[in-house]
Amino acid sequence: MTRKLLSSTAAVLIASAGAAYACDAPIKVGVLHSLSGTMAISETTLKDTMEMLVEQQNEKGGVLGCELEAVVVDPASDWPLFAEKARELLTVHEVDVIFGNWTSVSRKSVLPVIEELNGLLFYPVQYEGEESSKNVFYTGAAPNQQAIPATDYFLEELEVEKFALLGTDYVYPRTTNNILEAYLKDKGIAEEDIFVNYTPFGHSDWSKIVADVVALGADGKKVGVISTINGDANVGFYKELAAAGISADDIPVVAFSVGEEELAGLDTSNLVGHLAAWNYFQSAESDANEAWVEAWKARMGEDRVTNDPMEAHYIGFNMWVNAATEAGTTDVDAVRTAMYGQEFPNLTGGTAVMLPNHHLAKPVLIGEIQEDGQFDIISQTVEVPGDAWTDFLPESAVLKSDWATLGCGMYNTETETCVQIKSNY
Amino acid sequence: MLWLCRLFLFCAVAVMPMGAGAQQLDAPIQQLLQTHGEIIAKSSRKSIGPAIDALAASGMAEAQVVLQRWQDKEMWFNKDTAVFVFAEEIENRQLRLFDVSDGSEIGTAEKNAYKQLKPNSGIRGMIAAALVQFQLSDPDPNTRTTALDAIERDAEASHLAALRAAIDSEPNIQIKARKTRLERLLTIRFDDDDDTRIAAIVGFKGDLGVDVRAALNPLVTTRVEYAETAPKGAVILIPGADTLGVADAYDLMVSAGDAPARTDASTIRQTLIDNINGTTVAGIQIATLDNDAARLKAYAALARNGAADPLVTDETVRAALGAVTFFEVFIGAPPRVATAAQAALDDIEAAVAFNQTADLALDALSLASIYFLAAIGLAITFGVMGVINMAHGEFIMMGAYTGYVVQLFIPDYTLSILVALPLAFAVTFGAGVAMERLVIRWLYHRPLETLLATFGISIALQQLAKNIFGTQARPLTAPGWLDGSWVINDIVSISYIRIAIFVLALTFLALFLFVMNRTRLGLEVRAVTQNPRMAASMGINPDRINMLTFGFGSGIAGIAGVAIGLYAKVTSEMGADYIVQSFMTVVVGGVGNIWGTLLGATMVGTLQKGIEFLNPSNTLAAQTYMILFIILFIQFRPKGIIALKGRAAEA
Amino acid sequence: MTDTAPSSLSKYSGGAGAEPPRLATPSGGAKPLVQRHPSVLIFIGCLALFTLGITILAEGFGIGVISTSFVKTLGKTLCLCLVALAMDLVWGYTGILSLGHMAFFGIGGYAIGMWLMYARTELIVVESLAQAPLPPTPQEISDGIAAQIFGVVGASEFPPIWAVAHSLPLQLAAVVLVPGLIALVFGWLAFRSRVTGVYLSILTQAMTLALALYLFQNDSGLRGNNGLSGLQNLPGLGDVPQSTVSMWFLWASAAALGLGYLFCAWIVSGKFGSVLRAIRDDEARVRFLGYSVEAYKLFIFTVTAVIAGIAGALYYPQAGIINPAEIAPIASIYLAVWVAIGGRGRLYGAVIGAAFVSLLSTWFTGGQAPDINLGPYTIQWVDWWTILLGLSFVAVTLFAPKGIGGLIVIIERRTTPNRHGADLGPDPGALREKEAET
Repeated sequence: MTRKLLSSTAAVLIASAGAAYACDAPIKVGVLHSLSGTMAISETTLKDTMEMLVEQQNEKGGVLGCELEAVVVDPASDWPLFAEKARELLTVHEVDVIFGNWTSVSRKSVLPVIEELNGLLFYPVQYEGEESSKNVFYTGAAPNQQAIPATDYFLEELEVEKFALLGTDYVYPRTTNNILEAYLKDKGIAEEDIFVNYTPFGHSDWSKIVADVVALGADGKKVGVISTINGDANVGFYKELAAAGISADDIPVVAFSVGEEELAGLDTSNLVGHLAAWNYFQSAESDANEAWVEAWKARMGEDRVTNDPMEAHYIGFNMWVNAATEAGTTDVDAVRTAMYGQEFPNLTGGTAVMLPNHHLAKPVLIGEIQEDGQFDIISQTVEVPGDAWTDFLPESAVLKSDWATLGCGMYNTETETCVQIKSNY
Repeated sequence: MLWLCRLFLFCAVAVMPMGAGAQQLDAPIQQLLQTHGEIIAKSSRKSIGPAIDALAASGMAEAQVVLQRWQDKEMWFNKDTAVFVFAEEIENRQLRLFDVSDGSEIGTAEKNAYKQLKPNSGIRGMIAAALVQFQLSDPDPNTRTTALDAIERDAEASHLAALRAAIDSEPNIQIKARKTRLERLLTIRFDDDDDTRIAAIVGFKGDLGVDVRAALNPLVTTRVEYAETAPKGAVILIPGADTLGVADAYDLMVSAGDAPARTDASTIRQTLIDNINGTTVAGIQIATLDNDAARLKAYAALARNGAADPLVTDETVRAALGAVTFFEVFIGAPPRVATAAQAALDDIEAAVAFNQTADLALDALSLASIYFLAAIGLAITFGVMGVINMAHGEFIMMGAYTGYVVQLFIPDYTLSILVALPLAFAVTFGAGVAMERLVIRWLYHRPLETLLATFGISIALQQLAKNIFGTQARPLTAPGWLDGSWVINDIVSISYIRIAIFVLALTFLALFLFVMNRTRLGLEVRAVTQNPRMAASMGINPDRINMLTFGFGSGIAGIAGVAIGLYAKVTSEMGADYIVQSFMTVVVGGVGNIWGTLLGATMVGTLQKGIEFLNPSNTLAAQTYMILFIILFIQFRPKGIIALKGRAAEA
Repeated sequence: MTDTAPSSLSKYSGGAGAEPPRLATPSGGAKPLVQRHPSVLIFIGCLALFTLGITILAEGFGIGVISTSFVKTLGKTLCLCLVALAMDLVWGYTGILSLGHMAFFGIGGYAIGMWLMYARTELIVVESLAQAPLPPTPQEISDGIAAQIFGVVGASEFPPIWAVAHSLPLQLAAVVLVPGLIALVFGWLAFRSRVTGVYLSILTQAMTLALALYLFQNDSGLRGNNGLSGLQNLPGLGDVPQSTVSMWFLWASAAALGLGYLFCAWIVSGKFGSVLRAIRDDEARVRFLGYSVEAYKLFIFTVTAVIAGIAGALYYPQAGIINPAEIAPIASIYLAVWVAIGGRGRLYGAVIGAAFVSLLSTWFTGGQAPDINLGPYTIQWVDWWTILLGLSFVAVTLFAPKGIGGLIVIIERRTTPNRHGADLGPDPGALREKEAET
């Protein structure tokens, strides 16, 4: 390719383990995570995860006899830049697969490019669903793999009768809360028993909102908080909760965006007992997890923690390796076909399966926050198949995604037609 | 079934020696646990009830211990034999085991062989409720308090009798008061006698407690019903006019089977599709059915042929609703009790509304004091000196990070805050002086360039903080005595940390007034501000004064940073969150007057809380509208609330 | 490149500054613009050469040496240059430091984005509904489009703000009218109240913040934080490869920049331009001379807002996505930074600044710049670039107020003699140091 003339490469070459490879050119794995800007803190961890996985795979002899090479670019938490960098990865560096993105908006930015150039993206973060692209495998949780089971837990185990849905004002909380509202109404919770509030990113003045939540208890129903509050804002929120003397026994809070990494910025002694729902916790007890945590700490330092999106990349990467091996090529269409039905042991002791709708079947874990910033897993479901289109909103209940047999990500089961082949970005 | 097999195994293993002590497998408590082994191991609130009830009702003394240790997550069971033990983790993945019947040590075992019971907080609440009977008259006051907590969270009818029995013997006055109050509340909820309940309800007249409303509100729940004629005394509702919507009222009739469902667009569409006959529906060409009117006509044709249900129009609905009367009935309690509860609630609500306003005012005051604290440094640099310092927010951030770093070295929170406050002042004072000397001094006559240059410094400082501390929020923990809130009643409360910030803001107001009006420095600052040349000719060194003033303003920003970090978060972007609001506060209040800044902060804070109150579900909207309001305010009063007049305004 | 500074500069440069500035110079209508400003011709020539060169080198119609993603970057940079021109007009020439022009830029992007999304989705929905047993009603089509666009943010109904999204001409009108109207109303209120200087800057920044916060809400009806995406796919042109589309946009952007440059040069030359500079240098005196300062300022503020809107409408289809983060106050500050570094009060300075800094910024943050290994610490440019930018900005303000444009003047040895008490502004006749100190 002569096109590289003006776009200098940003490749980070991973030193090979010294093995001799059968093929001459390495297989390129694109890593599209922000290394600077607001999302850097979360995404840099995933970049390190990918480099570790590639290194580990090279020690095992690479893929198809070829060495793997991680091509790292930095989209700098700038959403339009994600699209630009994705194009660069696919056309200039000619990577065979991309692992990347964290925020939904960055994914939506990348989608048209990936679909235009027929790339392959593994997206590792829990998200709001309502999407299924032919070129994306969603290894994070769909709402029915995190939000719905957590709500069930509230309804059944804690007998919560009144819900406060608190979220940061962006797409994931909005859509998740919409789904949850519909779900709760299905379950017989009256509309006036659902309190919804949205706050800006990094919100710090929580006194009135916490007071509002406490006041919900005035009609004698048990109140629970479902929090999709993102990032820094959690610090102020939990501090205000603690100041108001609200214990997890009075008003439990279950968070979908608070994991091991986020708790590192908090004094957790006042939060003991509050909950989080994920598909993975570092405290999961399995041999694979022990080895994983050990390798991570050995590489990054003793005080580093592992979290859910890291496991998603772990599963996604290994499935891709197996699919490529099975297909005998890294060609996108061949690998995609080989991906369906791929099984790989997850770190929590079960087996993850890749479904034809490009989502994983994964168990849902609910953990209580402990003083040491880790989670005590108090509930673990069987594997839940990820659902691209939620069953609880009327517009998407009729939709389903099946790329294996129907070849459509947005299939209307009522009219029995494929709404569109490209995804809705 | 699995559990039965395990029971077999358990019997087989029973004869084998297990470690140091002998495990009493045939002890009644172990037997009882085994009977419910399956549901205990399943550990779900929905099914656990019988196990807890059986333990609580067993009358065994050990039952209390078992419940307590189970609640504390100290109970484990053997994965093979299903035998329950108490256990604690020791090193090397080993467990030290204790017998459930008498707590005696029975040796150690591999952790892998056992599984910990982790009751979730729902189950823990049930266990706590079951333990109440053992704890209400416990000699330890803490245990009795725990029992009362449990009743407050998960009250059961059986607690009422237990509570009544435990009141008279209570030696501690505070606990006795709590017990009495709880007994009254439980009487409202569970007592059989209506008069006793009404008496208890009347006793709570005007009480603001959330628990009282929690007890009363379920009593006044109503349900909408309909009949040909309403029963005597029922509240009659007219669909569409009262709280009852026409659609809801009709849905009520549909769900009772008394009326046909509404024909909506999707029903029409589906019916038409179902009746497609070649290229026509009811003799109408399909291709023409691309609008609602045509579809309605086709449906009407189908209905006439009997192929579809008759069309339910608004008229049909009105007719159906007109034939019956809708009314409300109490379903939470007998009408007498419900009416009494309603009267008590109405009484309480008025007081609640008043107190909510007070709470809102307190919140507004607190927010105002935070804005004031963030803006007071700016009131000096911008208000007095006229220097636009866009890096002011970053000085706040530097102060907060100083607090964080101090806490890394001094683990005692009280001491570290006492060290951090002056240190933050020193650090930002130094930074301010450096900035004044290096940059601002050269730009005194070019305010727009000052703005841009300080912006450059602002983004550089922000990135520098990111490089040093990372983008993740850092903890800045308040000392223990600032934890918690000052609770006036269940509605009005404010956290101590906010009170501390309020006090700090007032202190700085006083300090500012003192320095400006009572010290030599203040005199010189005012002189330099008003006329630098005249001041210079009176022997004042304007350069030095400018430097000190700027340093003073920056130093206060640093202290504000520590305070803000304590109540919220410490991140590299925290300064940017406050900078626009701070400028707004100063500009709205009127530049050059500290009272103006105070008024500005009060206005901004009150406004924000007021808008939040009007639109509680969207805090972001509140911020947007507040900024818009301020923009408009400045358009109509460009000099702010307190405008300087005369020559000072031009200085 | 030669000096394109207003004619007055060459007239007075080198002189002892004895001749007073003449505010009411006749516009010199006798000579055409290009003759009075040969530099305009040079600029247009350079731009045309550049466009031609890229066309030959790019994938779309040329030999394919330049990748499509780089063509897009260049196209976007041209749009940034256009908005920088607008900023130079309002700040460098008129002295209004607006921290709101990137908001107008964003509004332009949103306006065109709404049509792009609507039209693209409409095609999909109509195609999908055509397979249904009954022909769709207009309501069904509209519902289908709404569900597609807003399903992402959990809504399914069109907000009123989308009322004319189906019509390209109307949305194109919105690109011009919405920024223009907002600027007109805001400017009328602000200038009428005599809000000037830093107050106005803070006020424009507050306006930008309010707009960004408003768009951030899902309730605003523009898909909240997600914004509008997939804008690079032109409706009905799904088969045209992006390499071609990117060239179309590059041409359009270059044409817009060329026209914008001509327009700005025309505005700042002649009497009108002199009044603008006079307002910058001493507003009160111009007012005393009988000019309606407010009207001039309002006109420039509105016109530049419109230019910014047009630039945004060309920029975002190339970026592919627009969301509220693009409108954040910091973006407008960066715009001021570009212009300041490029050189205020010179049109080509603004263009050079925007192109130079934004491309450099892309290079540094893109991870392409080599890290510097200092032994114990490695300088990674993604982390240090912002600091460098911030500090270089301070340095430019302090030591080189004329920016890169000033450098060109120095190279050409056309600098005014360095005398104490010289003009403070970049043009002769600007406020003097002595005057400013009073």
